[in-house]
Amino acid sequence: MHKKPKKYSVFSLIRNAVSYHENWQPVWRSPEPKKEYDAIIIGGGGHGLTTAYYLAKNHGLTNIAVIEKGWIGGGNTGRNTTIIRSNYLWDQSAALYEHALKLWEGMSQELNYNVMFSQRGVMNVAHNLHDVRELKRRWHANRLNDIDCEWLNREQVKEFCPIINTSPNIRYPVMGATLQRRAGTARHDAVAWGYARGADAMGVDIIQNCEVTNINVKNGQVTGIESTKGSINSKRVGVVTAGHTSVIANMVGIRLPLESRPLQALVSEPVKPVIDTVVMSNTIHAYVSQSDKGELVIGAGTDGYTSYSQRGGFNIVEDTINAVVELFPLFSRMKMLRHWGGIVDICPDASPIVSKTHIKGLYFNCGWGTGGFKATPGSGWVFAHTIANDEPHKLNAPFTINRFSSGELVDEHGAAAVAH
Amino acid sequence: MFLIKCPYCGEREQSEFSCGGEAHIVRPKNPPDLTDDEWADYLFMRKNIKGVQFERWNHSNGCRRWFNIARNTATDEILKIYNMGERPPKIEGNDLKTPSGEPEIGSGNISTSFKKE
Ligand SMILES: Cc1cc2nc3c(=O)[nH]c(=O)nc-3n(C[C@H](O)[C@H](O)[C@H](O)COP(=O)(O)OP(=O)(O)OC[C@H]3O[C@@H](n4cnc5c(N)ncnc54)[C@H](O)[C@@H]3O)c2cc1C
Ligand SMILES: [Zn+2]
Repeated sequence: MHKKPKKYSVFSLIRNAVSYHENWQPVWRSPEPKKEYDAIIIGGGGHGLTTAYYLAKNHGLTNIAVIEKGWIGGGNTGRNTTIIRSNYLWDQSAALYEHALKLWEGMSQELNYNVMFSQRGVMNVAHNLHDVRELKRRWHANRLNDIDCEWLNREQVKEFCPIINTSPNIRYPVMGATLQRRAGTARHDAVAWGYARGADAMGVDIIQNCEVTNINVKNGQVTGIESTKGSINSKRVGVVTAGHTSVIANMVGIRLPLESRPLQALVSEPVKPVIDTVVMSNTIHAYVSQSDKGELVIGAGTDGYTSYSQRGGFNIVEDTINAVVELFPLFSRMKMLRHWGGIVDICPDASPIVSKTHIKGLYFNCGWGTGGFKATPGSGWVFAHTIANDEPHKLNAPFTINRFSSGELVDEHGAAAVAH
Repeated sequence: MFLIKCPYCGEREQSEFSCGGEAHIVRPKNPPDLTDDEWADYLFMRKNIKGVQFERWNHSNGCRRWFNIARNTATDEILKIYNMGERPPKIEGNDLKTPSGEPEIGSGNISTSFKKE
């Protein structure tokens, strides 16, 4: 075992300031892979890192490796618009996302790492009668599940977010909104780094720049992986590769109901604080918040075709900007600074798959699509349980691959429309 | 964003088209005899290939006709456009060196050398 990382505090900050911040210890080690591990996690995004962290912390499994083809957090974890909420319609989803939201609430303290979790509220805006009915239905469902949620009429929307255009004469007028006050945003990179540091401290090997190129299976039991750093043995392999899940599944002939698509986002030049909440509109596919640096963070809808190219079409960006400018006319002259895409793994029912497979010791955690950032800690928690016990946790039991045969889909598409 | 050459109308922006997903999925001949797993496979399971994929597309904001495309999903390059009902074409060239390196176009994979027709 290696030595524990030093705790971050105001004292360590002062101490390191005196030495010009040149003596901070690395946040995690960069070891070479061992010959064998008790478990291998493929994919060093937030979900993979939390899986490793909770395997070590909750299940005492510390001889594990996280294998990442690029750098940790370089996938969707570092590309998303960081909306965190738990106001999902169906009981199964509400339970899973609310469990995650509770973990967010204690995360910075637990990790001794500031993930900048900010419970600034998330408002879901209704633009027509159908939206009003759907959102009210969701509001009531949330209350039955003990999830905080409120309904705001048009005047209350304006009061809560004064810069929003509530004129009844626009193409998609604001007719009300749901508000989850405990919802909000967090710093995505910090989540990856904080969990990496925590997992590393318990002995987990984080191996970057190492691509998994094959999965070894013998007599129906997984025996390890092939990678660009050689073969590594393990009887337990967890796949957490988001948009690239089908690439791994195809290596072992597992059929999954996933389609990988580009999802785009963009940020503006930084400005003074103008919006202190998150506004989402499913109908017109736009959502906005403002980062602590002052940039507007704007997210779009998915492009309508399979692609692994990590970029999408300008028409999608244009649609989103149209909607944003109509809702917030004062943004109309802002310049956009950066624009990018991530590849999201879309499931037919817009719910994740956190599941065993017919190959013993091989587990998949995928299908989070456009909305898995909020689930990061909860996903790792239940996936670690699944891998450690070879049985799902009660929270992910409804999210098996088998639901596509049994018909027990958890259809959040209709409910949440855009599931960010 | 890329351009698609509709066999009926010529080259147009991708935003004029809708993707109908994986091509050549055959509707089962004997629906009553299918097991639940077979139904799930037909209805939901997809290859979702990184590399050359055969897809159905519709010119939904144009002539509204269907056709097939062979497309490299790692780079979004269109390799061949062919009619509905035709067999999938053989595409010559190199496959990806690893399942997910980085390409020159797009950023999904090591550059491929598939022949375009
Ligand atoms: C533009 C955009 C906006 C979004 N907005 C939101 C939002 O507001 N709220 C929300 O909740 N969610 C949002 N999401 C979704 C969210 O980002 C994802 O669901 C979540 O981050 C997935 O985390 P992950 O750890 O599973 O995946 P990733 O972070 O993508 O991690 C997977 C990792 O696997 C690695 N990998 C792949 N193949 C291999 C291989 N062969 N070998 C080794 N490693 C491999 C990849 O390099 C990658 O780092 C958004 C996504 C995008 C793209
Ligand atoms: Zn046409």
